[in-house]
Amino acid sequence: MSAEDAQKSEELRLPPIVRPGHTFASVTGKISAIVLKRPYTPGWLLGFGASFMLLMLFMYAVTYLLVAGVGIWGVDIPVAWGFAITSFVWWIGIGHAGTLISAILLLLNQKWRTSINRFAEAMTLFAVACAGMFPLLHLGRPYYFYWLLPYPNIMSLWPQFRSPLVWDVFAVFTYATVSLLFWYMGLVPDLATLRDRARGRFTRKIYGVMALGWRGASRHWHQYQTGYLLLAGLATPLVVSVHTVVSFDFAVAIVPGWHSTIFPPYFVAGAIFSGFAMVITIAVPLRAAFGLEDFITERHLENMAKVMLATGLMVTYSYVFETFFSWYSDNPFEQFISLNRATGPYALMFWTQITCNVVAPQFLWLRRVRRSSVLLFILALVINLGMWVERYVIVVTSLHRDFLPSSWGMYSGTFWDWATLLGSFGLFLSLMFLFIRFLPAISMAEMRELLPEAKVKEGEAG
Amino acid sequence: MKQAPLYGVAAEFDDPTAIVAAARRLADEGYMKFEAYTPFHIEELSGAIPVRRPLLPLIVLAGGVVGAVGGFFMLYYATVIGYPLNIGGRPPDSWPMYIPITFELTVLFAALFAVFGVLALCRLPMPYHPLFGVESFARASQDRFFLCVEADDPKFDRQETANLLRSMNALEVNDVFD
Repeated sequence: MSAEDAQKSEELRLPPIVRPGHTFASVTGKISAIVLKRPYTPGWLLGFGASFMLLMLFMYAVTYLLVAGVGIWGVDIPVAWGFAITSFVWWIGIGHAGTLISAILLLLNQKWRTSINRFAEAMTLFAVACAGMFPLLHLGRPYYFYWLLPYPNIMSLWPQFRSPLVWDVFAVFTYATVSLLFWYMGLVPDLATLRDRARGRFTRKIYGVMALGWRGASRHWHQYQTGYLLLAGLATPLVVSVHTVVSFDFAVAIVPGWHSTIFPPYFVAGAIFSGFAMVITIAVPLRAAFGLEDFITERHLENMAKVMLATGLMVTYSYVFETFFSWYSDNPFEQFISLNRATGPYALMFWTQITCNVVAPQFLWLRRVRRSSVLLFILALVINLGMWVERYVIVVTSLHRDFLPSSWGMYSGTFWDWATLLGSFGLFLSLMFLFIRFLPAISMAEMRELLPEAKVKEGEAG
Repeated sequence: MKQAPLYGVAAEFDDPTAIVAAARRLADEGYMKFEAYTPFHIEELSGAIPVRRPLLPLIVLAGGVVGAVGGFFMLYYATVIGYPLNIGGRPPDSWPMYIPITFELTVLFAALFAVFGVLALCRLPMPYHPLFGVESFARASQDRFFLCVEADDPKFDRQETANLLRSMNALEVNDVFD
């Protein structure tokens, strides 16, 4: 933290980004100890064990799906998109907060991002992995997933490039690849630290290979910094484009309640809203379990809460205008769907959505809530739920009342729908637990740069 | 056993100001082939240690152009020449529909060029480097700052260079062997 920053925080009575008293060695020691020194705690084993059991449930549900087909799910005509698409949109939205923190806040020179960007990026990566599963499993014949890609084939067929569903393939694939590259690039200097601190021969070899021989040469740092900034500049429009393309899946269709130009910004705001809720859901237990309160301070919680409040208000705005446009369009089908959402058979879901996403975030106006990790954690869980329900309402209510009443139907998830959804949490959490155990959850190189002693005193430097 | 050839002389410092001062001093003395190794990026060092002309932005631009042009023409070929489909009577070359995929491929190729560009410009991965032979160099990734003058510098003299580095408050000065 620079001198002006420190002064500004003092004036505004903000908590510091890093608690004072840390040195290069203490930052390095404290963060790398989680990976290298700490024994496997019962908490970690319990958490990983539970997550792994859920992952096994996922494997079981997917295996049965591959054997029996999508008929085991509740989807049918008219509601052909159920849990799978809801969960796809939800998971991919969660990922967006990670990219926002690592790329957009980097370009905006927000120093507080440093201690949360690494695990937020990991969250992105794992959330995209979960998201990617759902449309593939939903394909009906998932083993033909490669038909979505333009590959040379003897039938000289091409994918239907005018379909948003094919755009989605490119958007999600690009997003996953760029997120992985960005994350790995950020990890390289820290992997070198782990290589140099590791005691065991084997551990040192593994981290050594992954560190690519990084030695911190100043010419390398120079290239690295340029590359990292360029990647951030590329990831910024990318993250906006991904959820825009996801929203096209709906907006390009002529289904009432979907065919709306407000969808792209509405989806992007919702993605960041739910993503920050997930970052808080991970950050609060993480800092408590590993004693990282020095690095993830009240300042971080408060800033994340503010982003959540702002994006929550944007989401509220979108709800209001979605309803307004359906009335103003003078289209009876649009008007019917809006009314049906609030009063029809899925009214309970709709009002849950409003309570979780519109009412609950209003508590964030209070500073006491923004700085309390327990209250924030509870709010984050509520918002996570609310955002899943929002996508459920969008997907299901628009489909269940087809244009002709003779084609109306109802949808509800079966055991296998729930098993796949819960199982995807298993995949996400298992990866998260492994990440925390085997890679530094906070960027050590960037934390060192934040310390007051990292500043070169120009007067004495000749 | 034959003694390995000398790679250079490395000095260890314990704070960023000292290493920047030392690097500037070496540049003033007319040394050309030296390098600093630090646990985080120190911008001030770029002034003393000359960096090559920035090639990376051009590489990333090239990646972006490859992605954009390649992507657009793949879509054009597929929908106009390779497999034209009549979708609601729209013309085969309905270019607005190409934009999302063209954009995604632009970003994808630019990002791939950026990461592999950095690795190529840094000559990484490089599993071995002479400095890894210096015992205390493990701390270069933690809390110490190293400055290494290479033996093929025209001004390099094993004794004199070491003395110069010692005079600049180095904690320790070591010979580095290949």
